[in-house]
Parts: sequence; structure tokens; C-alpha cells
Amino acid sequence: MGLDAIYDNLDKFAAGLWLTMQLTLISSAIGLALAVPIALGRLSSNPFVKWPIFGYMFYFRGTPLLVQIFLIYYGSGQFVPALKAIGLWDGFFREAYFCALLTLTLNTAAYTAEILRGAILGVPHGEVEAAKAVGMSRVLRLRRVILPRAFRIALPAYTNEFVFLFQATSLVSVITLLDLTGIARDLIAETFRSMQIWIFTGALYCAISYFFFWLFRRLEWRWSGHLRPRPGMAPAKRKAAGAEPAETPAIVTR
Amino acid sequence: MGDLGEFCRLYGNVPVDQFRGYGWVFCSGVLITLLVGVACIPVVIVLGLLGAWAKLSHNRLARSVGMTYTTIVRGVPELVLILLTYYGITLVLQNVLSAIAGRQVIVDINPFLAGVMTLGLIYGAFATEVFRGAYLAVDRGQIEAAKAYGMNKETAFLRVIMPQMLRFALPGLGNVWMVLIKATSLMSVIQLEELMRMSDIAARAVRMPFTFYFAASILYLTITIISIWALHRGESWANRGVRRA
Repeated sequence: MGLDAIYDNLDKFAAGLWLTMQLTLISSAIGLALAVPIALGRLSSNPFVKWPIFGYMFYFRGTPLLVQIFLIYYGSGQFVPALKAIGLWDGFFREAYFCALLTLTLNTAAYTAEILRGAILGVPHGEVEAAKAVGMSRVLRLRRVILPRAFRIALPAYTNEFVFLFQATSLVSVITLLDLTGIARDLIAETFRSMQIWIFTGALYCAISYFFFWLFRRLEWRWSGHLRPRPGMAPAKRKAAGAEPAETPAIVTR
Repeated sequence: MGDLGEFCRLYGNVPVDQFRGYGWVFCSGVLITLLVGVACIPVVIVLGLLGAWAKLSHNRLARSVGMTYTTIVRGVPELVLILLTYYGITLVLQNVLSAIAGRQVIVDINPFLAGVMTLGLIYGAFATEVFRGAYLAVDRGQIEAAKAYGMNKETAFLRVIMPQMLRFALPGLGNVWMVLIKATSLMSVIQLEELMRMSDIAARAVRMPFTFYFAASILYLTITIISIWALHRGESWANRGVRRA
């Protein structure tokens, strides 16, 4: 069967998976943190804030991630003297790792901000009005009412975004990084067992993707405790209370 | 694709000095990108309809086949699927054919065909969900009415369900199209000379990576903008009979 090509190199696969995980977790964490101010800026009424942010989001959502990775990693090579002058060349733009991280972060921040923007607009108006009525300031309203509610609304869409970000990290193998896909390509060049290695790699990605889906489903369950029907509720009412969440279509790849 | 390249070299030269005479690569790249995208559409629609039919079927086997299909595509990165089908299947075909023929056989899959097949397979799974949702969105009363008129299943589907499905499916399909066009850039890893690969070649030749990749990204953006506009037109056409609140 030629499975020894996989069995003998499990340590390499583990190293690749570790890099994939690093890229996913770091870029999604920074991306999420950036997405909140970006989404709020996008909803601002100040044209000097709104339109540049619109342009950023439109660019990163409208172009392929592969082009963005090339643009930042190879493209920065066109500005070596300038980047050296500000100290960003050695140790940052020269390293494929940081370029990949930067691109993935900017990319996911744009997608996440779009999800959050929709969610913020989806917060029921009555709740915002109520917060105003009890005299909350703008910031307090945002912190206590709008954002918590928006996160809950955004969660199903963000689940897809997170899993597809995890899958999109496979593109960094194109700029010589040895993530899971990069390791697989390397091993195939070495052993010529392309079918076995690709199927193993694909299965690994698939298993981890569904693990993340499951994890987020748990989180959704926890966050919606107050919406769930109490035990003993009539079946019709259970349905109205949203016991069976609507399936969200999953089209958020890049 | 030799003729196409020649055509672009002759007529597609972008009159900007910036690209050092390599402006034509964009013309040829965009043409191939659009060609791949358009060639994928029938594959995506057929697979999407088949998948939706399988997932909605009463037959348990068909349902599990549909489930497996969408589950695998959703769980595995596109790049891995592309490399798997391109290199993996080439190698397997090569080994099988060599064993049959009793001598070394070299199989060389056309990257264009491989790209269309793989992208079609991937986005067929997304279209499956779109069509399934669209079918479920059609009012049950409409199907009952078709039955009451004595239409058989096929007629009811063609005359009643399908036209209404189109309306519900169009936004989702448009979304699939825009993601698909962006995903064609992945074809550059299997050496298909589409926009990404062409600008890559030119960028290396003249050592101006930023200029070329940025120009390529603007071209992708332009395709997206035109698609959004066309979709908007298409949606208002499909909704022409619907009263707006």
C-alpha cells in the first residue's frame, strides 16, 4: 500500500500541522480584534472613515488570497531600500512566515468585519432604543448591548469564516512555508506516494475542520441558553423558540 | 492556447510604459481566467442540481452519497483537492495504464481540463446547498397546485418549480460565481496560464513583482465589480413578477 511513507513521517506532519495551527490561531485572533473597530468604522457616518475602510474591505474580499500573499511576500521585494530604511525588511517582510501572517490577518479581518457589520445592523432596534431610554451613553450601549448581541448573531457566519481561514492557510505552502500542505508536497517530491499522502492530508484537514465546526456549535449552544425552550414546553412553542436552528448556507471561501 | 497568446501579444498591448511591454500578459490571462470560469458553470450547475436532488431524495443511498460529497468538499482545502486531482490522479492513471499496457505510459492531463473538472467538483458542492435551499423555499402550495392540475413530476418541475427556484437560487449562485473566479487563481499552481500565472511569469521576467501582482489584483477586482453589477440586473429580472413591499 505504501502507507509507510505516511507512517515514517508522522513527526513531519505534526510539525506542519503545528505551523498551520499557529497561522490560523494567531491571524484569527488578531483579525477578530481588528474587525471590531473596522466594522464600527465602516458603519460610521464620517465619509473620511467610512470610504477608506470600505475600500480596504472591498479589496481584500474581492481579490484572491493567493494574489494578496504574492503581493505582500514577493511584492515587498520591490521596495527593499525603503523597507530597510524603516527597519521592516530584515526580520519582517523578508520572512515568509510574517508575510503569510500579515496577509492572513488582513484578509480575515476584512471578512470578519463584513460579518460583524451585518450582525450590528441586525441587532433589534428596540434593544438599542431601550438602552438609550435607560440613559446609556454611546460607548456603554455599544459595550453592553450592541456588541454582545452582534457577536451572538455573527457566530454561525463566523464559524464558517474561521474554518475557511484554517483551510486557506494551505495557500502559504506556495511561498515556501512548510505547513501541512507544504510538508505533503515536500514528502511527495521525496517519496512519489502522491495519492496516499494527499488523501491522508485531506482527511486530516477534514477531521480538524469538523472538529472546529463542532466546537463552535457548542459555543453557539452555550451562548443561546436564554433562547432555548425550557423543559416541558409544548412542541410548537419549542420550534418558535428556535430549538432547531436554521441551517446556514456555507459560502464564505476565498 | 498558442493562438490566443499571439492574439493578445498583437492586439492586447496595454499602452503603459510601466509594464515594459508585458501589458499583453494581462489580456491573455484575463481571457483564460474567464474561460475557466465560464467553462465551470455547466459543471457546477449539473453537479449542483444532481447533488440537491440526491440530498432531497427519499432514497437513503442517494442521500448519503450527496451528504458525503458536500461533507468532503466542505472539509478539505481547495488547494489540496486541486493538487490531489491533478497530481494524484495523473499518477494513479499512469500506474494503472502502465500495468495494463505492460510498459511505461506517461499520462499528461491538460491543466485546463483538470482545472475545470476540479473547480466544477468543488463549487458543485456549494451549488448543491444553494439549489437545495432554493427548492425548499418554493411554496409547497405551488407544487400541490401543479399536482392538482394533473401535471406529472417532470412537467411540474420544469414549469412550476424550476422557474421559481431560479429566483431563490440566483443570489447564491452569483456568490458561487464570484468565489469561483477568485479560486481560478489557484490553477496557477498546476501551471495553467491564467491571470495569476501570467502576471507571475511577467513579474519575474522584469523584476517588478508589486506592479504586476497589484495590476492582476485590480483586474480580479474589476471582474468582481462587473459580476456584482450583472447579478444585480439578473436578480431584478428574475424578480420582475414579484411585488415589493
